[in-house]
Amino acid sequence: MVGITSYGAYIPMYRIQRMTIYQALGWLNPASLLPGEKGVANYDEDSLTMAVAAAVDCLTGVDRDKIDGLFFATTTAPYKERQNAGIIATALDLNPNARTADFATSLKAGTGALISAYDAATSGSAKNVMVCAADCRMGKPGGYQEEVYGDGAAALLVGDKNVIASIEGTNSVSYDFVDVWRSQEDRFNRAWEDRWIRDEGYGKFISEAISGLLKKCNLTPKDIAKVVYPCLYTRAHADIGKQIGFERGQVQEHYFTAIGNTGTPYALMLLVAALEEAKPGDRIIVASHGNGSDAVLLQVTKDIKKLKDRRGMKKHLESKKDLGSYEKYATFREILEIDTGGRGDEIAATPMSTLWRERKMILGLCGVKCRRCGTPQYPPQDICANPKCGAIKEMDDYRFSDKTGRLFTYTGDLLAFSPSPPAIYGTVDFDGGGRWFFDLDDCEIDSMQVGMPVEMSFRRKYHDPSRRLYVYYWKATPIRA
Amino acid sequence: MAEGIRDKVAIIGMGCTKFGERWDMSAGNLMVEAFVEAIQDAGIEKKDLQASWLGTCYEEVSVGKSAIPLAVTLKLPFIPATRVENFCATGSEALRGACYGVASGACDIALALGVEKLKDVGYGGLPQVDTQVGTALRFAFPNYTPPGMFAMMGTRYFAQYGLSPQEGKRVLAHITVKSHHNGAMNPKAHLRREVTIDEVVNAPIVAWPLGLFDCCGVSDGAAAAIVCRADLAKKYRPDPVYVKSLQIAASSGEEMICTDWDFAHVESTVRASERAYREAGIKSPRKEISMMEVHDCFSITELTIYEDLGISPRGKAKDDVEAGFYDLDGKIPCQPDGGLKCFGHPIGASGLRMMYEMYKQLQGKAGPRQVKDPKFGLTHNMGGIPPLNVVSICIVGH
Repeated sequence: MVGITSYGAYIPMYRIQRMTIYQALGWLNPASLLPGEKGVANYDEDSLTMAVAAAVDCLTGVDRDKIDGLFFATTTAPYKERQNAGIIATALDLNPNARTADFATSLKAGTGALISAYDAATSGSAKNVMVCAADCRMGKPGGYQEEVYGDGAAALLVGDKNVIASIEGTNSVSYDFVDVWRSQEDRFNRAWEDRWIRDEGYGKFISEAISGLLKKCNLTPKDIAKVVYPCLYTRAHADIGKQIGFERGQVQEHYFTAIGNTGTPYALMLLVAALEEAKPGDRIIVASHGNGSDAVLLQVTKDIKKLKDRRGMKKHLESKKDLGSYEKYATFREILEIDTGGRGDEIAATPMSTLWRERKMILGLCGVKCRRCGTPQYPPQDICANPKCGAIKEMDDYRFSDKTGRLFTYTGDLLAFSPSPPAIYGTVDFDGGGRWFFDLDDCEIDSMQVGMPVEMSFRRKYHDPSRRLYVYYWKATPIRA
Repeated sequence: MAEGIRDKVAIIGMGCTKFGERWDMSAGNLMVEAFVEAIQDAGIEKKDLQASWLGTCYEEVSVGKSAIPLAVTLKLPFIPATRVENFCATGSEALRGACYGVASGACDIALALGVEKLKDVGYGGLPQVDTQVGTALRFAFPNYTPPGMFAMMGTRYFAQYGLSPQEGKRVLAHITVKSHHNGAMNPKAHLRREVTIDEVVNAPIVAWPLGLFDCCGVSDGAAAAIVCRADLAKKYRPDPVYVKSLQIAASSGEEMICTDWDFAHVESTVRASERAYREAGIKSPRKEISMMEVHDCFSITELTIYEDLGISPRGKAKDDVEAGFYDLDGKIPCQPDGGLKCFGHPIGASGLRMMYEMYKQLQGKAGPRQVKDPKFGLTHNMGGIPPLNVVSICIVGH
């Protein structure tokens, strides 16, 4: 039996009320107001960092050494050449033998990656494939898409042992239906008329994929506990389920007013939400939308009850802060070209050979642990830093990214350049030993306390616009509720 | 312990420019200004110099690499020239090179000169040099500035000794008010205005909990010393100042990596000062040191230095501060020239600037800031940040 063995999700801490956007730019397009709010990536988050966060959530209770594949699905990959999945695999400290691939350019890339992972596990070419999907899409300021698009990520582990939801069938429809597009010159999405998208694309392809799947598997809507698909328009979302023959209660809540249309991960995030409520024996259908649709049939097993507690969708939905201002949003997304005061412009060249040599230390947040005295140390040392030991080259690798810690001391720095001042950083004493200083994120200076518990979060360390580089590292955050 | 250099080397001449925003002066102009004063003070000629040391830290924004800029600017006659750098302790490092050169017998008279041109950077504070901790650690260090790194020591010190931020900031403000009082009397100082406790406490935050007045000036400047064999010193002047000890200690890494260090003191200061007292034959620093110039890059740094030097008891520096122990008319005046706080902090020059004040005080030439009958003067010059640093201690006397 092949299927999902673990799941995880990520919604950034910040949300922006659609009314906040409307108050800033609604004068351009008075009819654009939509209800609710959407998830907003912090200034140092992007699809890649959010994918890592969802994967970390998915790794709860999982032995990561057994993962032999990692697929990353997104339409907003930071790199066009340089495999993004490879960065994620290094950040997760996966075995280099893991097969990695990027799935891109369509919002159905997430379900596409899931089906490919299923095929790999079925064929036996890989035993445990991590599928991560994330997006951080941008609509043009003042437009409808800017209000609609939200940021988020999902991760699913696919394998043949301890399956919590087996994959029982798939059905795909693929069309060159150009509802939205972004060419290589674009930062923002472009779109054709909404009424056409709704009636001729969104309203048809999901139904077609799901109906086809039901037929293939000899099932009727009554056999299905939950049907899961993204929401582009709330009314049309309800109509799709009705049209195929589902009752309202069978259709998974879409969270459009809580997180927005998160793009590639959207269907998978909703699947995670459905799995959180699922009972053994439940059949679930998940379908994506984007240049057609993929539909996947799953059946929940009794092992779902053994799954360790994690944040998933439920906790991420509850844990949030209001960003409060459109200008802050526009700054975070680099829509506004802000004054960096000169200091923020000073970015030295990034030596790729150093990044490669120190990849475990930098992307993987791995230090060492002394075999002789047992002291965990970061960054990696050849000679033990414990003055009572001093052992030379008797070190084992030791991963800090999955450790929690306590804030030993901190500051909020207004001299350092940050798009979200003050730059808060502090010294973290890791539970189990080891100490290092980290930038602190998703927090405010007034709520910091010496001794508060923190965890590690993979973030963008800096963006070097002159060399077109995104460089990643780990930061600390207060442990998210 | 080794025999050391106590009373083997004398300072026979010193020079120091006015520190500040010297928009009209290049690093070279500043070097000449300090050098001319030093050589005239010593009463020697350029040809008497047998070796030279240049201290400069941010060479990439001023003079460039190597000691060649020193030799060429001063037109030194093909004598040995060496450039040294140890972050903010660079000036003391130049002095150490010259003193060790003389003490070793390699030369009889040597020049130490420190210079920094910080005001050609284009923004406030020290230059942002991503790679100053190396090409690998650069990725692992937070987005920090020096005030932030020392502010973390403030946060920790307050937590460790049970001070509320408000209480802690008031204690620190006493230190600042004292240095501004002294600096206001110093014509060469960068910042020459008295301030009040309330002004200091209510100033805008730079790095929480440190405000604007908790931070030292970022300045241009140069300072120079001429040192010679102690037995030759009286040939040049009746009142040379003798080096009693010169010690330096660098972090071992345990503070940064292990979890024992409390981030409320600087271990290198403890180690260097213990060695310096031994070399100078000082048994009780609280009783024997007459005055000092310490590395008050931030008010919290000065507070912890009092304890690390073994002068104030651990956690109790507050009591001495509030009692005026370190005021100009106190038991051990600290920063009689205004310190880094008000004299300013051109990195490479600072260690030599501290010595300039001790030298003038020992000669009774400090004017309205003169300390009564000083016997031993101490300089404390720190480079780096609390978890990762180098500390230089020098004790001088008659």
